[in-house]
Amino acid sequence: MANSTPVSLIEDTVVKSSAPLSPLVLGVRRFRKHRMAMFGLGLLFFLVLYISFAGFLSHGYCAPVKKELAGEAWSDCNDTSLKLKPPSKEHIFGTDVIGRDIFARTVYGGQISFLIGIAAAIVEVILGALVGAVAAYYGGWVDNLLMRFTEAMLNIPPLFLLIIGAKFFGGSLPNVNIFGRELTGSVFLIIVIIGATSWGYLARIVRANILSLRERDYVSAARALGASDRRIILSHLLPNTTAPLIVSATLGVANAILSEAYVSFLGLGVQGATATWGNMLDGAYRYLESAPWLWFFPGTMILLTVLGINFLGDGLRDALDPYSTKHL
Amino acid sequence: MTNYILRRLAQAIPQLFIISIILFVLMQAFGDPISTLGGRVPARPEDKARLRRQLGLDQPTYMQYVTWLVGNDWQKIDMDGDGVPETPGKRLGILRGDWGNSLVTRKPVLEMISERVPNTLMLMVTAEVVIIIFSIAVGLYSALRPYSLFDNLVTGLSFVGYSMPVFWLALMLMYIFAVNFRRWGLPYLPTVGMYDPSVGKTPLELIKHLVLPVTTLSVISIAGYSRFVRSSVMEVLGQDYVRTARAKGLKAFTVVFRHALPNAALPFITIIGLDIPFLLGGAVVTERIFAWPGMGRLFIDHTERSDFPMLMGILMLIAITVVIFQIITDVVYSLVDPRIRLK
Repeated sequence: MANSTPVSLIEDTVVKSSAPLSPLVLGVRRFRKHRMAMFGLGLLFFLVLYISFAGFLSHGYCAPVKKELAGEAWSDCNDTSLKLKPPSKEHIFGTDVIGRDIFARTVYGGQISFLIGIAAAIVEVILGALVGAVAAYYGGWVDNLLMRFTEAMLNIPPLFLLIIGAKFFGGSLPNVNIFGRELTGSVFLIIVIIGATSWGYLARIVRANILSLRERDYVSAARALGASDRRIILSHLLPNTTAPLIVSATLGVANAILSEAYVSFLGLGVQGATATWGNMLDGAYRYLESAPWLWFFPGTMILLTVLGINFLGDGLRDALDPYSTKHL
Repeated sequence: MTNYILRRLAQAIPQLFIISIILFVLMQAFGDPISTLGGRVPARPEDKARLRRQLGLDQPTYMQYVTWLVGNDWQKIDMDGDGVPETPGKRLGILRGDWGNSLVTRKPVLEMISERVPNTLMLMVTAEVVIIIFSIAVGLYSALRPYSLFDNLVTGLSFVGYSMPVFWLALMLMYIFAVNFRRWGLPYLPTVGMYDPSVGKTPLELIKHLVLPVTTLSVISIAGYSRFVRSSVMEVLGQDYVRTARAKGLKAFTVVFRHALPNAALPFITIIGLDIPFLLGGAVVTERIFAWPGMGRLFIDHTERSDFPMLMGILMLIAITVVIFQIITDVVYSLVDPRIRLK
């Protein structure tokens, strides 16, 4: 930031000139000096702690099944006699429309929201990197076809595309068991849809990058040595675009969590008993006045997560830029 | 210039075709529109089959697309289901201005959309004006005092604003300015619709109803744009010609507003120009929360009922606007920046 005066810069280079620093070390150093990024990382750390371990605090007596319940079972316990209760000692975040504990649901819903965010970002990066790399490497009609398709996708507002996608693949899906948790199939559907509708910008960034990379001598050398197209793309070209890929993937997680929240808010997202921060908000706006805790807690969780990721992504962008001399 | 515009328009046509095909194929799997028609679902299977024939839903996908695109008035269709085509088709197709009829209301799609467009535009144009004014003001002020208390505060706030889910902001604003202000006996703002039915369609009512949705839409964009304005103003302020202007003793005001700002605003034009068309449909969530009778609401309502002629109409209108605004943005950019020549 502002405190990196020229003097300290010179001192740094003099001291470190004995051993050359790898780009990774420089990147980590820049990142650690980035105050906002460290704040974002801290925020995310607490949120991960919350969704991982706060589940141990969620237990109580579930009247309909006449049993003491803990963990996720407690988050699904719906005691309709307790519906829409404001925050109290037993239910610190209150209860929802059918009497489930909102605190427990933010914990278990948070796990799903994180899962959706990370998995959708992975899908996005794979698709975007492949489309961008193939378009740039082969050029000609392949490039033309892929880029016209990408532009067509980008010309439809993302939320509309998401809604159409959710409706297209919608319908009832079998439950899936993962990490010992029973999830509705729509969780995976949403992951695929968000990933499949968000890769456009990334494909363009990767394409622009690889267009310049593929003219480099080392690529000609690899080709002269008889490397296959696949090998050149996967082990020579893509690794050199990791910086934008990492930044896009990070911000992609935030975007995916937001996207899930938007489609779920509109009632087209994750269906069934599985809680996510998004579908906890479905219909909550009808209780704007009578039960603000319904939307306040899950909404704030989303805000904090997205904020943390955005800070982190901003820091990564600065840290991974090889031409950046900031924050040394 | 004319050549350039004509060439860009010619390039836009295949693009719109690709968009329409992608959307049309996606919408085929929307489920049966007949079974979601609401209270008017015919009970008997033969009635359902007849309705399907009348709406042209019995045709294969590619024929439905051709009908949607260029119409079917050049062929006869089998209406009574005896296998012999006898009734001449009446559809003209979107290329000849027939956007089809809504499956739900049976009204022409174009008519239903044009009822909603003014409402959406009212919301969006107001929001866009607020966005432009505030992001330039905030960004400029930050750039003139970089790393000051104000700048750091704005940087932090803009990250928060940028990360805010639209619905969370909307619900918070409603909760504070409508629910709690009323509770505290302060003058409060209305939350839903465009007018209060008991007061009538007065301009004052409209303004009151605009405040919350416009704030919701603006805050998030201002957060992003003001950062952008800040960095581009800072970049321009560091250039030699600005130093020259300062060195020859011009007033700070003249340097900033006559010399720096016009150049700094150039990239801003592109961003705004490319974002405007998305505003046309970009307010799905906001319109839903504030019950604003615009295009976003129309889209959501008709998605639930698989009304694909309607959805195709809305999405194609948006896609066309996007493409046109891309061309307009490029042309405007070349007009204000003499360094860029379009060929």
